[in-house]
Amino acid sequence: MSDIVLEARDLVKHFPLTQGILFKRQIGAVRAVDGINLQLRRGETLGIVGESGCGKSTLARMLVGLETPTSGDLFVQGRNMAKVGGAERRRGRRNIQLVMQDPYTSLNPRMTVGDIIGEPFEVHSEVLEKPKRRARVQELLDLVGLNPDHINRYPHQFSGGQRQRIGIARALALNPEIILCDEPVSALDVSIQAQVINLLEKLQKELGLSYIFIAHDLSVVRHIADRVAVMYLGRVVEIGTEDQIYENPTHPYTQALLSAVPVPDPKLRGMRDQIVLTGDVPSPANPPSGCRFRTRCWKAQEICAQREPELAVRQSSDHPSACHFAEVRDVVHAQR
Amino acid sequence: MSTDVNVKLDALPGLDSNALPLEVKDLHVEFRTRNGIARAVNGVSFSLRAGETRAILGESGCGKSVTAQAIMGILDSPPGFVTGGEIRYRGVDLLKLREEQRRKVRANRVAMIFQDALSALNPVFTVGFQLGELFRKHRGMSRADSKARAVELLDLVKIPAAKQRVNEYPHQFSGGMRQRVMIAMALALDPEVLIADEPTTALDVTVQAQIMSLLAELQQERNMGLLLITHDMGVVADVADQISVMYAGRVIEEAPVRDIYESPSHPYTKGLLESIPRLDLKGQELSAIKGLPPLLTDIPKGCAFNPRCRYAKDACRQDPVPPLHRVAPARSSACHFWKEVQADV
Repeated sequence: MSDIVLEARDLVKHFPLTQGILFKRQIGAVRAVDGINLQLRRGETLGIVGESGCGKSTLARMLVGLETPTSGDLFVQGRNMAKVGGAERRRGRRNIQLVMQDPYTSLNPRMTVGDIIGEPFEVHSEVLEKPKRRARVQELLDLVGLNPDHINRYPHQFSGGQRQRIGIARALALNPEIILCDEPVSALDVSIQAQVINLLEKLQKELGLSYIFIAHDLSVVRHIADRVAVMYLGRVVEIGTEDQIYENPTHPYTQALLSAVPVPDPKLRGMRDQIVLTGDVPSPANPPSGCRFRTRCWKAQEICAQREPELAVRQSSDHPSACHFAEVRDVVHAQR
Repeated sequence: MSTDVNVKLDALPGLDSNALPLEVKDLHVEFRTRNGIARAVNGVSFSLRAGETRAILGESGCGKSVTAQAIMGILDSPPGFVTGGEIRYRGVDLLKLREEQRRKVRANRVAMIFQDALSALNPVFTVGFQLGELFRKHRGMSRADSKARAVELLDLVKIPAAKQRVNEYPHQFSGGMRQRVMIAMALALDPEVLIADEPTTALDVTVQAQIMSLLAELQQERNMGLLLITHDMGVVADVADQISVMYAGRVIEEAPVRDIYESPSHPYTKGLLESIPRLDLKGQELSAIKGLPPLLTDIPKGCAFNPRCRYAKDACRQDPVPPLHRVAPARSSACHFWKEVQADV
């Protein structure tokens, strides 16, 4: 089998905007995800960063099959998920599981922890016969650092960090190869955040998992990711290894994003090259022509409004960046 | 008109314009719930000078927001009760004031901005009407005048096209713009102290940077005291002068910002700093603080942090609670073994 476990080709998701009640007609579309190409290799962690509204969660939902793409192809271990039949698609989905952001709303308060973690076996009953399930659930609880004897407890009896562990156990139940973490630690306190990140890294080593790690916290992504993709308004604007993105960012948006992150070291106050962007993210229903970032970009020129820059490697950089004027700028030099 | 208000404020008992704008002494707040008494704040003390930024740093449930609410006098009561201590504004103990006197202090002298601007603004009134309300109620201005002031305020917080936007409703503003409206509202009556409760937690980093630089600018212009309540160690490092770290309703360490990051002298502060992902630790395990914060209905005996602490010895597990004591000029820690903690790199 090839080394690429997941591939997205030109993935697009438009949500139609309609008008009228009786005679509905489409008056436009929210271009939540607008042509994304990604590859996930076995055993690696791909971080996806971007601000709210950039389409990262819609992308996540498409990757796990909760949302049907408007166009484009999604390959899970070589299978084109849109083309293969029902049974085959189910097997594909089994291999990619989701850990959700909010550990409070993503667990059913009326189900016991055992039922929550065991539910994937009800859906994919061929994975494990019934009598063995309870033991497997206990094994999973142990794996994520919870007490296996707590199998009959309810979610409200656990703290936020423990609930997130339950969510992770549920995602691991079907032995997937890919785990998609959508903001897995952003609802947790710093001291608990570190515990969950450590757990995710430990599981990756032990089980050989591939992660897609979506987050807005850039320092967390830097810690856990091997490669990072930066999204803006439904597109990937820059992608590269963790070092390339953080040390040598070439897209102005990436530079602004990195420079905006406060550094937990008061000695560096005022020494950072901080780029404060003006304005807000434009509406994805009506994105600007050409480069989508041009309305907030300090480098924008005529060409940016006319021609959309390709996500490609340019002379001035060693990794793909979607800017006509891609240029290295050292913005996080302070973070050492 | 504004002189009229000042006359009334001068009448506050014990007002001393040379005293500090805000001083909190041994504040206690408890919540009487069905599951027992939750002691949310257990003897918090700090002071705030004019033009100074003090950060109150802590995780959820440590009592930082409750402290802010008690200062503003907007604690949900019942179940919340201030059971002891003093909150002094320029020498006046706010806790001893009658409600209408307190209302004069609120907004006029001490103002607050909240984390979630959407739920803090009224969805059925225009932003201009809500801003103008302050001038109408506190300054007795006419509708037309107060609206003109509202436009000025929106300009002050750099909202583009203020004249048009003043007639819009909160839902028509983006998250960052809404937070600007909140700041405008807090600054409307020229307060001397601004309390910001997690002002940027709900915002994206690029917007956070905009809001924090706006706050810093306005603070400097007005020589205002800023009490910043947050859990974000990055934001604190960027803007604070003084830090009070809270755990289980107490201040466990207090120091100027540089000292705390350089040599934390309480194991909890040290643990917090170490659990931030850092570049030189890439690929390694993060050093997490083990366990969970205590329930406020059942705070451990002795030092509240002892079950999670790697320095804990017998003395820590017994009452009395280690007091906040001076460890260096302008620095205090509530740890028996602060020397070991400091020495341990």
